[in-house]
Amino acid sequence: MSQDKMLVLFYLTLIFILVPKITYISHNGNKNTVEVPVGLTVMEGALQNNIEGIDADCGGSMACATCHVYVPENWFSKLEKMQDAEQDMLDMAYEPKKNSRLSCQIIISDQLDGLEVTTPIKQT
Amino acid sequence: MIKTDAIIVGAGPTGLFTVHQLGIIGLKCEVIDNLDRAGGQCIELYPDKPIYDIPAIPECTGEELTNGLLKQIKPFKAGFHLGQRVEEIKQEDNLWILKTNKGNLFSAPNIIIAGGVGSFEPRKLVLKEAEKFEGSQIFYSVTDKNLFKNKKISIFGGGDSALDWALELSKSNEITLIHRRIEFRGAAHTLSEIKKKEKEGKIIIKTPYNLKSIDGDKTMTGIEIEHENGKLEKIKSDYILSFFGLIMKLGPIADWGLNIDKKLIPVNTENFQTNKEGIFAVGDICVYPGKLKLILSGFHEAALAARACFKRAKPNETYRFEFTTASKNIHERLGLKK
Repeated sequence: MSQDKMLVLFYLTLIFILVPKITYISHNGNKNTVEVPVGLTVMEGALQNNIEGIDADCGGSMACATCHVYVPENWFSKLEKMQDAEQDMLDMAYEPKKNSRLSCQIIISDQLDGLEVTTPIKQT
Repeated sequence: MIKTDAIIVGAGPTGLFTVHQLGIIGLKCEVIDNLDRAGGQCIELYPDKPIYDIPAIPECTGEELTNGLLKQIKPFKAGFHLGQRVEEIKQEDNLWILKTNKGNLFSAPNIIIAGGVGSFEPRKLVLKEAEKFEGSQIFYSVTDKNLFKNKKISIFGGGDSALDWALELSKSNEITLIHRRIEFRGAAHTLSEIKKKEKEGKIIIKTPYNLKSIDGDKTMTGIEIEHENGKLEKIKSDYILSFFGLIMKLGPIADWGLNIDKKLIPVNTENFQTNKEGIFAVGDICVYPGKLKLILSGFHEAALAARACFKRAKPNETYRFEFTTASKNIHERLGLKK
């Protein structure tokens, strides 16, 4: 095998092995870092890892606002832009701020490896 | 006391289809829901949003689905008890006795919980001091608009409810409309009306502002709001109307002695019975390995739970499986002409 091919294979393997790590910070500062596979949402990552602070009552249909998180500014700008419907739903969230997002609408990609989100004091 | 074969808690799509499945096997039922109309999440959360995964219906809205189900269950004449919530249940021999918050009593051998994610309640203001004025000067819905005449009213929210009430009440009151961001979301006509009223000075709009504090000891005299940039402003207010949508709370179901796992009720997949005999859970509120929160899953669960109700409702009769295409009994129950 040529060296080029080996390199490609090496990177491909890396991509498959490296699962993005997402850090969930509770309102009182407890940090929880877990691996969330590409393609899942930040909300699903929380539910699958039993992380408290995200309720997700509607199951991700953008019909409630109980998976609300705050995203630090350096990450906020890297996320895909919000749809109007998400912005509208955030109006109904508990204490929404400028950096609020619904975690069911943040889909994990390799670029989001290292993402930190903070959960509000409560969701309802 | 109303006596029946099964009581359905929740009038969402799954609850409604449960009426159907009980009806075609000859069982009577009563439906109780906290909301004042049938449809559950379909009607409250997404009446106009299309649903694409109902078998044989390529596309329909939540409202259309609800109307279709109501039409489908009409022959069974189920009693609907809306705008009330089941507060407590108790067991007497083989029967369950239910009491609603309006004092109505029901008795049946079967309860089918089709409660979705619980009952809907308005999302309340975050401030602790809001509590003591709730019901007197702070409201989350308007039941009697005559209460407000020549008053100073602060309205919070950016959606249809906030906009509609701002318009309506601006006819005879001083309105301040406060929203956390600049954009409002409403029908185009409503938005232009709001703009017009703002120009006329009938409605004062404050964006992007949030509620910071409430002034007054026994009586609320005013509020303080905070701009996104931290600037504070005081506004005299006789009333606050707050429209931040609905949240879902499991409510009293949590105290019925059922096993509950993360706000969901574990059931078996043979007949969707809970840990209590004669209490079943179907739709979004139930959980079992592989559970999908789909309307069609709720329909399947309803069909099986209904058959299990038969044994408890008519212990001396034998249940016989029949198809709606061929069964004379079913045709009779559907009120079809021979």
